[in-house]
Amino acid sequence: MTLEGKVALVTGASRGIGREIALELARHGANVAVNYAGSEGKANEVVDEIKAMGKEAFAIKCDVSNSEEVAEMVKETVDRFGKLDILVNNAGITKDNLLMRMKEEEWDDVININLKGVFLCTKAVTRQMMKQRVGRIINITSVVGVSGNPGQANYVAAKSGVIGLTKTTAKELASRNITVNAIAPGFIKTDMTDKLSEDVKGEMLKQIPLARLGEPKDIAKMTAFLASDDASYITGQTLHINGGMVM
Amino acid sequence: MAEVLERVTKIIVDRLGVDESQVKLEASFKDDLGADSLDVVELVMELEDEFDMEISDDDAEKIGTVGDAVNYINSKQ
Repeated sequence: MTLEGKVALVTGASRGIGREIALELARHGANVAVNYAGSEGKANEVVDEIKAMGKEAFAIKCDVSNSEEVAEMVKETVDRFGKLDILVNNAGITKDNLLMRMKEEEWDDVININLKGVFLCTKAVTRQMMKQRVGRIINITSVVGVSGNPGQANYVAAKSGVIGLTKTTAKELASRNITVNAIAPGFIKTDMTDKLSEDVKGEMLKQIPLARLGEPKDIAKMTAFLASDDASYITGQTLHINGGMVM
Repeated sequence: MAEVLERVTKIIVDRLGVDESQVKLEASFKDDLGADSLDVVELVMELEDEFDMEISDDDAEKIGTVGDAVNYINSKQ
C-alpha cells in the first residue's frame, strides 16, 4: 500500500488523532497540508516531522467553520502541491454539558466546527477532485455518534450528522470516482480524553471488551488504508475502531 | 459572440460526449444533451476556467440551455 505522489489535507492536524493521521499519510508517501486552528507551534512540529521523512508539508491556519477561510486553505494547498487527492475532516471540539444546562452557544460552536466544518471543507475540495476524476474524503466521526452519550448532545448530534453527510456525499460523488467514508473512533488517548476524570475513564473501560483505550495510530492506519488505491471499492461506510465498545 | 459559442460548444462536446451538431442554442443540457445535475455543475466549473470568471451558485442555477450559457458569458465580458 502506498500513497506516493498523493496530496492530503488534514484538518485539526496539530494534535491528537489528526496529528497522527498527518504523519501516517506522510509515512506512506503523501505530501500533507497540516491545518490548525490555534496551535501553530504544534502544527509546525508536525510539518518538521514530515519534512524529516523527505515529504513536503506546510502548516495552514484556518477556522473550518468559516467558508472564506476554507476556500483559501484549499486554494493554497492546490497552489502549493498542484492537486488534492485526500481530505481528512478531523477537526473537532467538545463543549460538554447536560442538555438541560447546555447553552445555545455551546450547541452552535460544536455544530459549526464538527458538522458545518465537514460540509464546508468537503464542498471546497470537491471541485478539484471532480476535475481529477479521483478523490478520497475521510470523515472522523465518533462512536458516540452511533451510541449516544449523556452530556454530549451537541457533539453527538454533530458526529451523527457527519455519518449522514458521509453517506449522501458518497452517493453524489461516486460517479466521479470520489469515495467518502467515515471512521468512528471509540475512546482514544488524546488531549480530548485526558480531560476526563479517572472515574469516567474507569467506567468507559468497563464497556470496552479489549479493556484499554485506543491509540491515535489505530485510527491513522485505517485512514491511510481508506486513502489508498486498495480501498477503491469502499464508499459510504462508517468504520468502527473502538475495541469492541459498540458492535 | 461566435467565438464564445465556439468555445462553449467545444467544452460541451468534450464533457458530455455529444455530437457538435446537437449543440444548438436552444438545447437543454439535461433534456437534450443527456447531462445529469452533476454534469451541469462540472460544465459551469469548466466555463469558469475557460472564460476566467466566477459564476455564482444563484447564476449557475439559471443556466439550463446552451444559449443561457453563451448569453451569460457575453453579458459578463
